[in-house]
Amino acid sequence: MVQNLLFQGLVGLTGAMYLWLIAAGLTLIFGVLRVLNFAHGSLYMLGAYFALSASLWMHQGFWPALAVAAVGVGVLGVLLEVVFVRPIYRLAIAYQLLLTFAFVLIFNDAVKMVWGPLYQAPPMPAGLGGSVVVLGRPYPVYNLFILLAGVVVAAALWLVFDLTPWGRAVRAAASDREMAAALGVNVPRLFSQVFGVGAGLAGLGGALTVPMQTVSPGMGENVVVDAFVVVVIGGLGNLWGAFVGALLVGLLQAYGTLFVPVFDLALAFIVMAAVLIWRPAGLFGRSG
Amino acid sequence: MTAPYGKAGAGLGAVSAVVVVLLLMPFWLTQFQLFLLVRVAILALFAMGFNLLFGYGGLLSFGHAAFYSAGAYTAGLILKAYPSLLVGVAGGVAMAALLGFGVGFFSVRHIDVYFSMLTLAFGMFVYSIVWKWDAVTGGDNGLIGVPRAPLAMIGFKHGLNMMPIERYYEFTVVLSVVVVWALYRLVRSPFGLMLQGIRENAERVEFAGVPMRRYRLAAFIISAAVAGLAGSLVGPLENTVGPDTAHWATSAEPLLAALLGGAASFGGPLVGAFLIVGIRELVERYTQYWLLAMGGVMLVLVLGFRGGVTGTVLALARRVAPGRRGGEAAR
Repeated sequence: MVQNLLFQGLVGLTGAMYLWLIAAGLTLIFGVLRVLNFAHGSLYMLGAYFALSASLWMHQGFWPALAVAAVGVGVLGVLLEVVFVRPIYRLAIAYQLLLTFAFVLIFNDAVKMVWGPLYQAPPMPAGLGGSVVVLGRPYPVYNLFILLAGVVVAAALWLVFDLTPWGRAVRAAASDREMAAALGVNVPRLFSQVFGVGAGLAGLGGALTVPMQTVSPGMGENVVVDAFVVVVIGGLGNLWGAFVGALLVGLLQAYGTLFVPVFDLALAFIVMAAVLIWRPAGLFGRSG
Repeated sequence: MTAPYGKAGAGLGAVSAVVVVLLLMPFWLTQFQLFLLVRVAILALFAMGFNLLFGYGGLLSFGHAAFYSAGAYTAGLILKAYPSLLVGVAGGVAMAALLGFGVGFFSVRHIDVYFSMLTLAFGMFVYSIVWKWDAVTGGDNGLIGVPRAPLAMIGFKHGLNMMPIERYYEFTVVLSVVVVWALYRLVRSPFGLMLQGIRENAERVEFAGVPMRRYRLAAFIISAAVAGLAGSLVGPLENTVGPDTAHWATSAEPLLAALLGGAASFGGPLVGAFLIVGIRELVERYTQYWLLAMGGVMLVLVLGFRGGVTGTVLALARRVAPGRRGGEAAR
């Protein structure tokens, strides 16, 4: 029984890392740019398709495919920010949601046009296939790799934002745009870069899920809602909040399937509603 | 808003003329076109209810599909068990209002992004229940075989037969006109004005001693009830009710209609609903990628025409004939 619970905890942690990889970019973009990016799930989906194409069409290995996805979606993110998002920073939040929702619709159909509406399953990367016995049960090696990847991404983000001059400038611009601009930070360029990094994270997250699940149009839609839940629980715009939120939701879903299977989907939403009622700004969010 | 009574009388005349023309439509249009018009009416109701909250209350709900779906499923279940159109629709409205009370009670404490997120969360909660509660909702398949039940009417022993699309169309038109008229009165009542006051400056209104949350909650419940009404009309039209009625993409439809038509004017969502159903029909004739077209339209709207169609037309009219009152410009 104890072993069962521990094993389910491992499953939950893996799910949490999948969530974290998507939520990180979403909360980063909101925290700095104050834009809630509905199209984040679409960027995630595009990352998966980019990786798929890199391995199926260009016959690249797993690692180059990851890079193609992350960089490709990142560049796309910069373009989107410069052309479309930049003009609407000052507008009401409804317009931002609407603009990014327009991209959800456009990318959904664009993906169908380019890659077709079918489900596609790519091969497993060499060395990460198969499973090992953990706690007396077989567990996919790839999921252990995802656990590691989530931690690596978290560490990398911490290094970048806490230790580099660029990270400091981003944090300065996030807390006070005008002041940062007055101190010589090129805020518009910084915003484009942050949007690109956030988009790249979404692309990476999508590419990383490719070996474990089929790739299909619409795969981003449910993901973005899960990511919203994670980000809102942690506090919109707070990276570490998103990490904790992902852990919470991941574990909750894993144990929920075990104990209350009918409600496992709804559990995360109940927790989110409870958090919002109790602490409107999220667990780690500043009030406001 | 300060129109003299003569003008109001002219308005009433215009509305009656529109109703008469609408009711004469079955003589000119094909059955399929009537079917589409019912769809327009459903989306228009959904969007106008939504816009009471969004355009007038300044609250962007991203979970209105929950109420739409609650109305659709409740009406569908009732109609399958007890074939009476009015009972089904009334049940759908009641369920949506009840749900609206529950969700609204928690949601209206928050504004801006948190309100949107909270309603989205409740909406997805309802979606997951609809999806998982197979025994009642039919899960993935939804409700199949919802009858277009007869309408109880004095003098008709078995009620009015609603099976011909013409009859159902007329029923929808009459119902929609009544509801739209009620909403029109509502937004021009002291209640409606107070709601707009809260949108413009919540602190000041609250400082004046107005129980702001209660106004917001009331608006939320009415909005949910109208969404439920729209939803309850779906089952009898399509004969099925699917789980996608509760999906968050459905929540975006009234928002799109409101913005396309113009959220700042009362009739905007109606215009938007008409355009959406029309554009969709046209685009789907030529390509399966209608979402792409819709997304493109949304992009253009957000970047260039934030007043929507009515806002743009009114702005043009103001330029042509300055001094006349028009709708308020896009925020």
